[in-house]
Amino acid sequence: MADDVHKAPGEETDRTFTLNFGPQHPAAHGVLRMILDLDGEVVERVDSHIGLLHRGTEKLMEHKTYLQALPYFDRLDYVAPMNQEHAWCLAIEKMLGLEVPRRASFIRVLYSEIGRLMGHIMNITTQAMDVGALTPITWGFEEREKLCVFYERACGSRMHSAYFRPGGVHQDLPQDLIDDIYTFTETFGDVMDDIETLLTENRIFKQRNVDIGVVDRETIMQWGFSGVMVRGSGLAWDLRRSQPYEVYSELDFKIPVGKNGDNYDRYVCRMEEMKESVKIMRQCIEMMPQGEVLLAGSKVSPPRRADMKNSMEALIHHFKLYTEGFHVPAGEVYAAVEAPKGEFGVYLVADGTNKPYRAKLRAPSYPHLAAMDHLSKGHMLADVSAILGSLDVVFGEIDR
Amino acid sequence: MPDTTALESLAEAIATRLPQAIKSYAMSYGELTMLIERDHIEPVARFLRDDSLCRFETLIDICGVDYPERSERFEVVYHFLSMQLNQRIRVKLATDEDAPVASIVDVFPAANWYEREAFDMYGIQFSGHPDLRRILTDYGFEGFPLRKDFPLTGHVEVRYDDLEKRVVYEPVALTQEYRSFDFLSPWEGMTAQIPGDEKAEPAEGGE
Repeated sequence: MADDVHKAPGEETDRTFTLNFGPQHPAAHGVLRMILDLDGEVVERVDSHIGLLHRGTEKLMEHKTYLQALPYFDRLDYVAPMNQEHAWCLAIEKMLGLEVPRRASFIRVLYSEIGRLMGHIMNITTQAMDVGALTPITWGFEEREKLCVFYERACGSRMHSAYFRPGGVHQDLPQDLIDDIYTFTETFGDVMDDIETLLTENRIFKQRNVDIGVVDRETIMQWGFSGVMVRGSGLAWDLRRSQPYEVYSELDFKIPVGKNGDNYDRYVCRMEEMKESVKIMRQCIEMMPQGEVLLAGSKVSPPRRADMKNSMEALIHHFKLYTEGFHVPAGEVYAAVEAPKGEFGVYLVADGTNKPYRAKLRAPSYPHLAAMDHLSKGHMLADVSAILGSLDVVFGEIDR
Repeated sequence: MPDTTALESLAEAIATRLPQAIKSYAMSYGELTMLIERDHIEPVARFLRDDSLCRFETLIDICGVDYPERSERFEVVYHFLSMQLNQRIRVKLATDEDAPVASIVDVFPAANWYEREAFDMYGIQFSGHPDLRRILTDYGFEGFPLRKDFPLTGHVEVRYDDLEKRVVYEPVALTQEYRSFDFLSPWEGMTAQIPGDEKAEPAEGGE
C-alpha cells in the first residue's frame, strides 16, 4: 500500500501520509475502520471509526420485555455470550431481590469460565495470527469447538445461548455433560502446553509483542481500563475477587498479573488465567449440589410443564410470563461481571413496567479501543495490528 | 459488595466538602447516587478522582437517559470506580437539548468516546470537548436515536440499487405497521373505580 505513494521530486523530506485501515481487514477483528496518520512507518495519529456493526441494541431493549431483551446479550461479545447474559441477570436480580438457587450459581460460574476460555482462546490465537503465527488458531479452535459443543448441549445453541435467566439458568445440566466437561478439564492443560510451545518462547512472537503497546498505571486509570488490560500491568484487580458475585468467594483461584504491561505480558496473563479457569470449572463440578436451577414458584420463572396440565393458575402464569413478562420495580442499578475482556456492566433504569426504561451496556472493549490512539502513537505501522489484537476487541459489544 | 455504611459516610463527607455542587444523594440497592448541579461536573470529577477519601480514578461509563416529560429532559449519568478503595459511585446531572454540559475529557481522557456517544444518541452537548463527532451511527445520520420520541424503525432504510450501482437511502416503508403490543395487565394495581363498583360491599381482607 505504501507503494501507492509517489514522491514528487524535491519532496523526499515529507513522508507523512494517511492510510485507511479496514473496515474489511483481517486484522481489524471485525468491522473497524481506522484512519492512520503516518510519518514514514511511524504512527502519529489513529482515528478509529466505529459503529459499522451498530444495531441499536439499547433502543431495541427498551421495546422488549426483560426476558425478551436477554438474547441481545449473546450478540454483544459473541465470543463469550453467557458472560454478558450474566450481567443482565444480575442487574434484574438485584432489583427484584432474588436469590439464585445454589446449583444454578455453580452452573453459571461453570459456564462463565467456559466463556472465559472461549474468549481467551479466540484472542490469543487470532492475535498470534496477526503477528504471523498460523498454527495456534488451528490447535486452539479444536478445543474451542468442544466448548461450543458444551454450550450446545446445555442450551441447544453454540453461540446464541439465552441460557442464563433471571433467577437461575434455563435448564439443568445432564450428568453426562457434566462428566464430559470434567474430562475436558483434564485434557485441556496438555493442549495449552502445546500452544505454549508454539508461542511463549517463539522468537518472532516475542519480537512482535515484547515492549509493544506498554500500558502503565496512569494509562489504566486515565483510559478506564479493566480486565487483562489492568492485570497485565501488575495490578491485581479482578471483580471475581474484589467484588465477588455468585459463588466466586468460595472458590480457590489465583489472579495472574503481568509485570511490564506489554502485549506479551497480556498474552501470558491470558494463558495463566485459562489455567485458573480450568481449576474453577473443576471446583464447580466437584462442589455443585443437586437441586433447583431456576427459582421455583417465583414470578420470573415459568411453571413446570406438568403443572400446566393440571393447574389453571400455572397455565395463566405461563401465558402472562411470556406475553406481558414480569415487572421490575422502579429504580436504577449497575451490575458488572468480570467478562473475558474486562468489566462488562449493565446500567439498568426501570420504571416499574415490564420493559426496561433504559439499559446502558458498558462494554469493556469500548474504552480499550478508545485508547488505541494513545497506545499506538510512536509505534510502527505493523505494531498497530499487534496492539489491536492484544486489546481483545469485539465489535459486537463496542458498536452494540 | 462494598459496605454501605462506608459509602454513606463517604457521601456525607463529599456533601460537606462540596456543598454548592451536590444537590442531593441517595443510597439504593447498596449503590450511592449523587445528584449534582450541571455546572459543577468538572470540579466534582476532579475532586472524586483526587481526594484521598474517594480515589475514583477509573471512569466506568457516561451515558444519557431521556425523560421527555421533564423540563430538563436529559440526565447524564457518570459511573466511577475506585480500584484502590474498592467502591463505586454514580453521579447524575440534568440538562436539556441546548444547555451544554462541561466535558470532563481533561480529567478523564476516557470520557472522550463516552461523551461522543451520549451526543450521538441523545444530542447532549458537551462544551470543551475536543472532537464532538458522531460515533456509533452512520456517516451523515440525522436525528438522535435513543431519544424516546425517535421511532424504533428509524427514518431511513438502505438498499443496494442495481441500476445506480450503489447503496441508496430511502424513507422507511413498512409493509405492515410495526407491531407494538401493550401487554400491561389492566388487572394489576388498578385503582380507578369501575362503574357499578360503588354498589358492591367493601371486600374484607382481599378477595
